[in-house]
Amino acid sequence: MATNSQQIGSGSTGSRLRGQAFKIVLWLCITASVVLLCLLLVETLRDGIPGLTGTLFANFPSFNPAKAGLQSALMGTLWLMAVVIVFIVPVGVGTAIYLEEYADRNRWWNRLIEVNIQNLAAVPSIVYGILGLAFLVRGPASLGRTVLAGGLTLGLLVLPVVIITGREAIRAVPPSIREGSMALGATQWQTIWKQVLPASIPGMATGVILAISRAIGETAPLILVGAATFVAFNPSGLDSAFTALPLQIFNWLSQPQDEFKTLAAAGIIVLLVMLAGMNGIAVWLRNRYEQKW
Amino acid sequence: MQDPTTATSTAPMTDLDPPDTSTGHAAITPRALQVREPAPTDLATRDRIFSIEDVTISYSGKAAVRDIAFPIYKNEITALIGPSGCGKTTLLRALNRMNDLIPTAKVEGKVFYHDIDLYDSAVDPVQVRKRIGMVFQKPNPFPKSIYDNIAFGPRVLGMKGDMDSIVESALRKGALWDEVKDRLKTNAFGMSGGQQQRLCIARALAIEPDVILMDEPCSALDPISTGRIEDLMHELRADYSIVIVTHNMQQAARVSDMTAFFTVELGQDESRTGRVVEYDATEKIFTSPSDPRTEAYVTGRVG
Repeated sequence: MATNSQQIGSGSTGSRLRGQAFKIVLWLCITASVVLLCLLLVETLRDGIPGLTGTLFANFPSFNPAKAGLQSALMGTLWLMAVVIVFIVPVGVGTAIYLEEYADRNRWWNRLIEVNIQNLAAVPSIVYGILGLAFLVRGPASLGRTVLAGGLTLGLLVLPVVIITGREAIRAVPPSIREGSMALGATQWQTIWKQVLPASIPGMATGVILAISRAIGETAPLILVGAATFVAFNPSGLDSAFTALPLQIFNWLSQPQDEFKTLAAAGIIVLLVMLAGMNGIAVWLRNRYEQKW
Repeated sequence: MQDPTTATSTAPMTDLDPPDTSTGHAAITPRALQVREPAPTDLATRDRIFSIEDVTISYSGKAAVRDIAFPIYKNEITALIGPSGCGKTTLLRALNRMNDLIPTAKVEGKVFYHDIDLYDSAVDPVQVRKRIGMVFQKPNPFPKSIYDNIAFGPRVLGMKGDMDSIVESALRKGALWDEVKDRLKTNAFGMSGGQQQRLCIARALAIEPDVILMDEPCSALDPISTGRIEDLMHELRADYSIVIVTHNMQQAARVSDMTAFFTVELGQDESRTGRVVEYDATEKIFTSPSDPRTEAYVTGRVG
């Protein structure tokens, strides 16, 4: 016994030190990122809280900082969210179901689709903006600089994320559930529709919410598809011109007057609260409904 | 069925029963043989439910079982035994076309269900599975309420009738009703493993099949739950034909009427192919097998 513990004891001092050092390095990493984040937050809150007034939400943009508000931008963002949801949920879920349940991986075109989707998730958002401009705003679709064109562009941007998380959610449903269902005489379609999809909804919903929160924070594609930065009316429909929160913030930041800086910071807070809220819902959904198999 | 042993088999499981885990190597206990009802000897007069004729099943071109041929009789329990990897489950899954779900699987030969060739191109596998239910090795309840687990099959098949009574009747047949009647709306994942497996049996019974295929239904269960499921099988034999794959030889001896013993043949290229060594009345397999390999396996000398 004694010899054993001696053998174990000797030679481990060096590696224990290395282990400690590694832990300290990790702590420094996390401290650096958290401190930076906190500084940014504190700075934004200090600048922006004075700007969080009723006027901010009630008014449209104005050249007079005292009268300027972001109602049209907020409404524009909400409209975009609606378009994105209506677009990505059926298309994303449908693609995920096809790839997981029907696609035969021995066929080259299915593998090509898979690889493409993986790659598309990494394409810079500006490229989607160019795509939206060339094919949706002008070109074949010719939708003009409208809510619909902006929403579809953002939808395309986040679609790969929805498909990938949707596939993961479907894959998390064990094969034994499919077998159990098929063994009862259910068709493949009934099995997917009544067993696989209901069991994977929490995972898919989480993916959709995270995708939307990414979409509403995007600025570059919207600039390209021609969202205006000064819109003094709320969108009235899918064919309406629009602006969005990140664009409004960008616009205010580029104004010379200091008062606009306060408004911009207030706009950032509004956007942050929306994002944090959506991510919170995603986390809650995952914890509340996630199926333990 | 006129089973003189019902009294014995429905008695509460006692400590006399050896735990499942010891089974592979233990000799068959005399008690297990005493409760066996002698199988009818006149094979020709019994109704066949399946006729397996020269069936070879391969995955990606490699045969998992080869040249299987034997009949399975109606209202009997047929056990498939043999060492791991000998293709018992593969054969079982061929009986209700579950192998269709594996793209690389290929079935050659003929499997007749009554007089229908199950692998005829005109046969819809979904229709086959309506008549031939299956219970899996690991209980696989759906992540739904107990009620919805049972009602799923009848609903997708569009069965007519009062769903509440369909559910109650299935749960009664599955010997589960008294335990769960007050919590039908609770999630099936909250049940014990043994209850979950009986739920899966009840779920299979709810669609009123002819045959129930069981793939090692007790391998994940404790001896008490196993005993309950074996009792249940005895009761179900009156109305259904049962084919069971089991690693537990005492279980095969206790519950089955006929037993097929499989073995693995090693090919030159290290391929492993299952063959049936012997198929006979269970009593004969366990007391006076005609093949020395069967005897070595059932007495625990190999395997």
